[in-house]
Amino acid sequence: MSKRFVFYGVLIAFILIAPFILPDFKTQLATLWLMIIVAITWDMTGGQMGYNSLGNIFFYGTGMYVAAIIAIAIAFDVGEYTNAFSDTIYKFTDTQYFLGAALGVLGAGVFCALCALIIGYITFGLRGPYFAIGTLGVAIAGGELVSNWDWVGGGQGISLPVYPYDLEGGKVFFYFLFAGTGVAAFVFAKWLYSTRFGAALNAIRDDEEKAEAMGLHTMRYKLIAWSLSAFFVGIAGGISAFQLIHFEPLETAYQTINLGIFMVVCVLLGGKGTLWGPVVGAIVFHLFKEVTWNYFLGWQWVALGTLIVVTVVYFRDGIMGWLVRVRPEWFGIRVESREREATS
Amino acid sequence: MSEIIQIQGVSKTFGGVVANNNVTLSVNKGDITGLIGPNGSGKTTLFNSIVGYHPIDSGSIQFEGREISRKSVQDIARMGLIRTFQQTRIYGKMNCVKNMLISLPHRKMSLLESFKQNSEQDFEKADRLLEFVGLYEKRYLNAGSLSFGQQKLLEFAMALMNEPTALLLDEPTAGINPTLINGLIDRLKRANSEFGITLFVIEHNMRVIMNLADRIYCLAHGELLAEGRPEEIQNNQKVIDAYLGEH
Repeated sequence: MSKRFVFYGVLIAFILIAPFILPDFKTQLATLWLMIIVAITWDMTGGQMGYNSLGNIFFYGTGMYVAAIIAIAIAFDVGEYTNAFSDTIYKFTDTQYFLGAALGVLGAGVFCALCALIIGYITFGLRGPYFAIGTLGVAIAGGELVSNWDWVGGGQGISLPVYPYDLEGGKVFFYFLFAGTGVAAFVFAKWLYSTRFGAALNAIRDDEEKAEAMGLHTMRYKLIAWSLSAFFVGIAGGISAFQLIHFEPLETAYQTINLGIFMVVCVLLGGKGTLWGPVVGAIVFHLFKEVTWNYFLGWQWVALGTLIVVTVVYFRDGIMGWLVRVRPEWFGIRVESREREATS
Repeated sequence: MSEIIQIQGVSKTFGGVVANNNVTLSVNKGDITGLIGPNGSGKTTLFNSIVGYHPIDSGSIQFEGREISRKSVQDIARMGLIRTFQQTRIYGKMNCVKNMLISLPHRKMSLLESFKQNSEQDFEKADRLLEFVGLYEKRYLNAGSLSFGQQKLLEFAMALMNEPTALLLDEPTAGINPTLINGLIDRLKRANSEFGITLFVIEHNMRVIMNLADRIYCLAHGELLAEGRPEEIQNNQKVIDAYLGEH
């Protein structure tokens, strides 16, 4: 118990001082937290519930747009602000900026949670690969719809104001926004998986028909799980909108081929259906990606593809799944009965 | 005694195959009712119709006086009518205790309660029922690593965990070690008498069903061939012919 206490204590201390002892990597670390958030939330449905969504990026993109629109709407008229032919310069006051960011990010989370309920109601009729393709379709359609919607800037996207104070301070600010959300998502997931609700998600994953035959409210549980996961992704998207300052629909917001796939790879690498898997996977994946992008430029996609193939073929349980198999006692998994433990 | 499941003129065809033809039977509350018949006589189809796995072509199925032939599997399960499967279905990647805890009756749970952790009573109940079916020693094993017979017992325990009003068992003794069968008959009877669960049992083992059931229905070629007390069925010439292939 105390060992665990020390472990979490050191971890939290590191999270708090990381941007100060690694000042050149503040934005990198913030991006790492983003990966951790989307990986943890992807695993809520993908790993724990067995519904592999390729469309969670929809909530990231939607979160960005909702946060930006709320922030702009507080101060200005959205249609005029995003008008490409306008030459007006819009200046946000500090209050407008921070109030907009706070309301925007929260609003993004809530809006995405509602979206997940509606989209889930339609797509949860699909199972297995059909669900994956169906949700991918939703994400692609979302990007295309938004990029043709002039009121939100069309294909040009939206530019948001820059952090009003010192820019290095801004990087720390965004680091802590992401880190806070990431820690909250982790703690939330840890709690959720310990409840009856979490067990019901596992039941849906292992045998949904059986779960139905036992009278579990499967549709209700699926919708709530996806909605909770979308809430955090929406918040992460909202923070990203302010961090990136400018974003456009297809490559940044609804980036199905980048972050949309990366989050799945992170979870597969770390271990599906485990609490730490997505976190470990996100860290390893992000390091791997940045190293190859920096030192093997030109070969980065080949390296990434190789990583995916090796993971899928040789480490189907991921890093944590492999650890659980070889060291079950580290995870408190009991195989022997209590009597035998007492005698041994 | 009141009838808990009433089946009136139920027919079900799959393409040109008539699986159930105008079957009428009823299960009395608190009884153990048996359903026998040669392979392919439509027993499992009838079970599937009752629990809503597929729509029936015609007829009516009532549970506690309410029509359920148009309801979904989950709705019927939430009314307290639970079935076990011929090919057992358990959550293979989890240990037995977790299998049991998942089987808590969610119909009696509000959404808020489902966000709570399992209470000490839940664990005790799971242990007690695993003890009841004789799997207590194996409770931390992955359910998937149990033998087929043990998985059947686990599925039975999971069904009891769900506190059903009526339980439909599809061949509870198939694949179970013959030396354990007497114990299982005893447990089924105790589930019926102590927990007050109405049982409707498909069974091929004549010795089991004759010992177990208060009343037996016999299906052949999708039609109801005979009904009666075990000794009546045992001596019914039509039933004997059906089993020996006189049809």
